[in-house]
Amino acid sequence: MKKNKTKTTKGSEAGDPRLDRIFKSYEGRARDTVSVLQDIQDVYGYLPEDALRKASVFLGVPLPEIFGVATFYRMFRLNAPGKHTVTACVGTACHVRGVTRVVDELSRTLGVEPGQTTPDGNYSLETVACLGCCAIGPVVVKDGQYHGNVTPQGARKLVEKPARTAEVAK
Amino acid sequence: MPTLKIDGLDVTVDAGTSVLEAARFLGLEIPTLCHEDGLEAYGGCRLCVVEVGQGDKSRLVSSCTYPAEDGLAVRTNTKRVARTRKMLIELLVSLVPSSKVLQDLAAKFGAQKSRFKPKHEDCILCGLCVRMCKEQMMSGAIEFVGRGQKRRITTPFDKKSELCRTCGGCMYICPVCTLRCQGPNAPTTVCGSCLTLEPTCIDHYDDYMCYLGPTGVCGTCVSEKKHKGGESGGDKELCHTANTTQQQRR
Repeated sequence: MKKNKTKTTKGSEAGDPRLDRIFKSYEGRARDTVSVLQDIQDVYGYLPEDALRKASVFLGVPLPEIFGVATFYRMFRLNAPGKHTVTACVGTACHVRGVTRVVDELSRTLGVEPGQTTPDGNYSLETVACLGCCAIGPVVVKDGQYHGNVTPQGARKLVEKPARTAEVAK
Repeated sequence: MPTLKIDGLDVTVDAGTSVLEAARFLGLEIPTLCHEDGLEAYGGCRLCVVEVGQGDKSRLVSSCTYPAEDGLAVRTNTKRVARTRKMLIELLVSLVPSSKVLQDLAAKFGAQKSRFKPKHEDCILCGLCVRMCKEQMMSGAIEFVGRGQKRRITTPFDKKSELCRTCGGCMYICPVCTLRCQGPNAPTTVCGSCLTLEPTCIDHYDDYMCYLGPTGVCGTCVSEKKHKGGESGGDKELCHTANTTQQQRR
């Protein structure tokens, strides 16, 4: 992937074959914008700047507009996701049960705001409006596993432990 | 060619004309903020609100985006419209109290107090700069980004844009980042100085009036108000600049 990146920033003709494959299945009309962005995110896990620039040329939609679309929808992300994803539910029920303190603790421990990824690329912190399991709120989901009745201390342990084991593994 | 009735006056306009344009054709005044001739209608500020229809079925629409239809009955200045408009102005002023354009609107439509907490933002998201950049300057370097509370206007990735020619069109058209009045230093959100402004300057200067310079700078109108009104704490309600000029004059 790194190789591709250096290639694309040079602006050479030969781009990422994965991008070309995506573009091949569309006609390059403005109305395909969201579908193309979705496909790019499926491939990369996020929307890289280079890919957005190429998509802008391909679709004939100015980059600012593409960027507007990409920031409008929650499903699109502009930074690479971390190895682990920690999602805190900030829905009404979880909010009432004190998820704000959990989110604060998570951001303090990881040193990132919700929606960002830690500089080491280990964790990305996300928030979601409701997960549908309000009875066990506040809910934090780590890599698809649900943790209910999370306290700020519990949340900290959740993100601290694997980091330590990872260090040991090194 | 639809024929519609605006404030009881029949008018026939070309198809595709907006209600706002039809009303202006009749010489009826409808205040606007995010509307500018030569730019696409946006309907963001809602100041051009008018009442469409009769009785229970009447509803409020933004006239700049509402197309003139045959047989449409429009009322531009009902109680409901006036109340709504005043509320909108109050909300806008509390968002950016430093904007002279907004303070002037507040003065014009009698919004003397704002019951909302001033936010001191630097943008009201009227989209004038976005449309100016795209439609008149043919650049399209800036665009709305994000959604809801986090909506703002910027370039992609907040980086210096290669499309921008730094023409300054966005700043020229912006109603809140140009023409700062004394508002921000006023003790209340709605500074209200212009509200009670009477052109007394003319007694002091033969042909100099407020609109020739920054409002209230000469301070004559302000002192006039004080003498006339005799309200307690009259000074407090005035703009900062007006106050200082007054002091200097003393």
